Amino acid sequence: MAFKLNPLAATLAAALVLSAASASAVTLRVGNQGDALSMDPHSLNESLQISVVENVYESLITRDANYKLAPLLATSWKQTAPTVWRFELRKGVKFHDGTPFTADDVIFSYERAKGDGSDMKSYVGQFKEIKKINDHTIDIITHAPFPIVPELVTHWDIMSKKWCEDNQATKPVDRRKGIENAASFKANGTGPFIVKERQPNVQTRFVRNTNYWGKISGNVDEVVFTVIGNDATRVAAMMSGELDVMEPVPVQDVERLKANDKLKVLQGPELRAIFLGMDQKRDELLYSNIKGKNPFKDIRVRKAFYQAIDIDTIKSRVMRGAATPLALMFPPQVNGFAPDLAKRLPYDVEAAKKLLTEAGYPNGFEVKMNCPNDRYVNDAEICQAVAANLAKIGVKINLEAETKGTYFPKILSRNTSFYMLGWTASTVDAHNVLYPIMSTPGEGGRGQFNLGAYSNPKVDELTDKVASETDQKKRNEMIREAMKIHQDDVGHLPLHQQALNWAAKKNIDLVQFPDNGMAWKFITVKP
Amino acid sequence: MQQAWQRWWHSDVGYSFRQSPMAMAAAFIAVVCLFCSVFAGWVSPTNPFDLATLELSDSRLPPAWIHGGSAKYLLGTDDQGRDILSALIYGSRISLVVGLASVALSVVFGVAMGLLAGFRGGWVDSLLMRLCDVMLSFPAILVALLIAGVGRALFPNANESLAFGVLIISISLTGWVQYARTVRGSTLVERNKEYVQAARVTGVAPLRIMVKHVLPNVLGPVMVLATIQVATAIITEATLSFLGVGAPPTSPSLGTLIRVGNDFLFSGEWWITIFPGLMLVLIALSVNLLGDWLRDALNPRLR
Repeated sequence: MAFKLNPLAATLAAALVLSAASASAVTLRVGNQGDALSMDPHSLNESLQISVVENVYESLITRDANYKLAPLLATSWKQTAPTVWRFELRKGVKFHDGTPFTADDVIFSYERAKGDGSDMKSYVGQFKEIKKINDHTIDIITHAPFPIVPELVTHWDIMSKKWCEDNQATKPVDRRKGIENAASFKANGTGPFIVKERQPNVQTRFVRNTNYWGKISGNVDEVVFTVIGNDATRVAAMMSGELDVMEPVPVQDVERLKANDKLKVLQGPELRAIFLGMDQKRDELLYSNIKGKNPFKDIRVRKAFYQAIDIDTIKSRVMRGAATPLALMFPPQVNGFAPDLAKRLPYDVEAAKKLLTEAGYPNGFEVKMNCPNDRYVNDAEICQAVAANLAKIGVKINLEAETKGTYFPKILSRNTSFYMLGWTASTVDAHNVLYPIMSTPGEGGRGQFNLGAYSNPKVDELTDKVASETDQKKRNEMIREAMKIHQDDVGHLPLHQQALNWAAKKNIDLVQFPDNGMAWKFITVKP
Repeated sequence: MQQAWQRWWHSDVGYSFRQSPMAMAAAFIAVVCLFCSVFAGWVSPTNPFDLATLELSDSRLPPAWIHGGSAKYLLGTDDQGRDILSALIYGSRISLVVGLASVALSVVFGVAMGLLAGFRGGWVDSLLMRLCDVMLSFPAILVALLIAGVGRALFPNANESLAFGVLIISISLTGWVQYARTVRGSTLVERNKEYVQAARVTGVAPLRIMVKHVLPNVLGPVMVLATIQVATAIITEATLSFLGVGAPPTSPSLGTLIRVGNDFLFSGEWWITIFPGLMLVLIALSVNLLGDWLRDALNPRLR
């Protein structure tokens, strides 16, 4: 009898302990306009996905609360030869399933992130190879001297080789081809949070990793990440106390939330540039009424589009001032910014009309524009305003605004003629714009997000030089030159830099990264 | 035409119409809405779908009678500088066309299927009803999404009119099941009644019995259902537009206008959503009241 009672008592005691723990557990409810489209850290190079997933997976190097490089899974790194970077890996780190973290996982993650279907090629695709020196040391070998290796690896997350093999997830989740695998719904990282329950596009629950290798400065035990697409509903949820943190705050509601004495609004310039891209490669546009030729190949057409866009009114009316018009493909906070180039072509409808007539389209033409409606601040509204602007020079835009879950697979497979994209130079350096956005698409992630395939050999050449140049002054001069060429070519149509707008309860301490990243380990909820 | 009108006016239905102020008011509103929709080009102050006329600098102006409003825009403007009044007129045209067309399509299809199933019975009935079960086991919006998505994938170069065609078909394909079910139920009851048996005994062809004898007696519930479905179809259309597979944002329907305006409710720009909302309520209510009255008027037991 006593033998039978004992386990029962133990269970009871355990239940009591558990309920006591959960009573004092700190739950953070985060609301966002969209979801991370997958839990796979190599499947989509999108700020929100990176932000969410990097609470679970970790990279070798991270950025600390001041956005400076800091060790994470690598404890130290140094350049041992011009083309060799040695990384010492952290010892005693375990993945969530208990497997120890070793150099094999790093090499596996390298192959995975540069392989087919990966969206992270632009980070690691430029390396020549990664060599294992011992279980906790690796060498990254580059083709040429490559001074920005540490910056590049900050969003290349390490997955467990064993877990990926056990779960048939050795290839990334490829949204372009509609390929999903276990890594999309489950996760096994080394990070401070563990995926507990995932309902894509609805809600994902994360719990604190009690076996985390480091110290977690925040006090959050559980994170409930909820997707609320509708702006008004999200604001209502924030004001009624259903959410603790919310991002982004719709620009029209900033003042209202600021006036609420229980809430605070965190604002700052975001590193992201919003721009429009045009298909300049195909000989005939996929979605236009012009047959047999591609109007976007004509610089006069691109220039006409540029000059037809009334960016100042978009700033004041659509963005309510919460944007800075850009003339370059990255904002001033990014290294390589040239203030003397920061001048937009003037807004001039007549000039635009004239350019279009010269190009042979006196009555304009018709083209489809692809646009997300839940990714960037007022994205669909901006596209509508642009469509109205372009209507004034006779261009008829067939606007297709849709949710990012269908939008990204479409445009990332270059199935578009005219599209909107936002790009954050996550290395805070212009090379991260030159290489993925402005270079001719090619191997190793080159031009992976240059979806309209703008191409100028001079820019490609400069991009390679920028990568290996160590003299900062010379390097900036090269960046400037490449930017100037791209600007003269009107390779893309830069729009603006949007402002970060987060709302949080007053008793929550959090760090807002300029790339819009939210690291839950830094979040403290005060009583 | 004159004669037909005279005949209707002096019929039982016409009498009941004259006796019901509610029906008259509803009919009046519905006719005005229809008139405005049909003659939108003449009635509306501007063409909100012509993007070249939009002035972004005039966006979010309040209605004319509020401080800051402009006489140019009687009901104010939306976030793109679109005149709300014009957008309402053009938007209700889209909503009505999509609503009516998809309901008409699904009524024709659904009633035919229901009649067939109920009248023939046997394996035809089983097959059709299992098909209905399958359709019903999916949420209507999901089916509509699927069809709209497939339609889009089939015609990637679709222009706007084709987009509306896909929209109408996708909504009607989800709606027909209810009519089929309702009509089958009534048909099962009707086909055993004496008048049907009498017709059968006198050698009337089955098709003629179905159409001439059974059909008029099962249409009552269909009327009521159809009117409710018009409103549902308009809402489905709005939902699809919201998900990015419906009306393009450059030619907004009522539902799109409501959704867009919804984002501005908190910031005090209520007119962007309230007016389209009122318009939708007005249309749905008047159509519903008309359907309600029609049900009573057509019901022989209530005479």
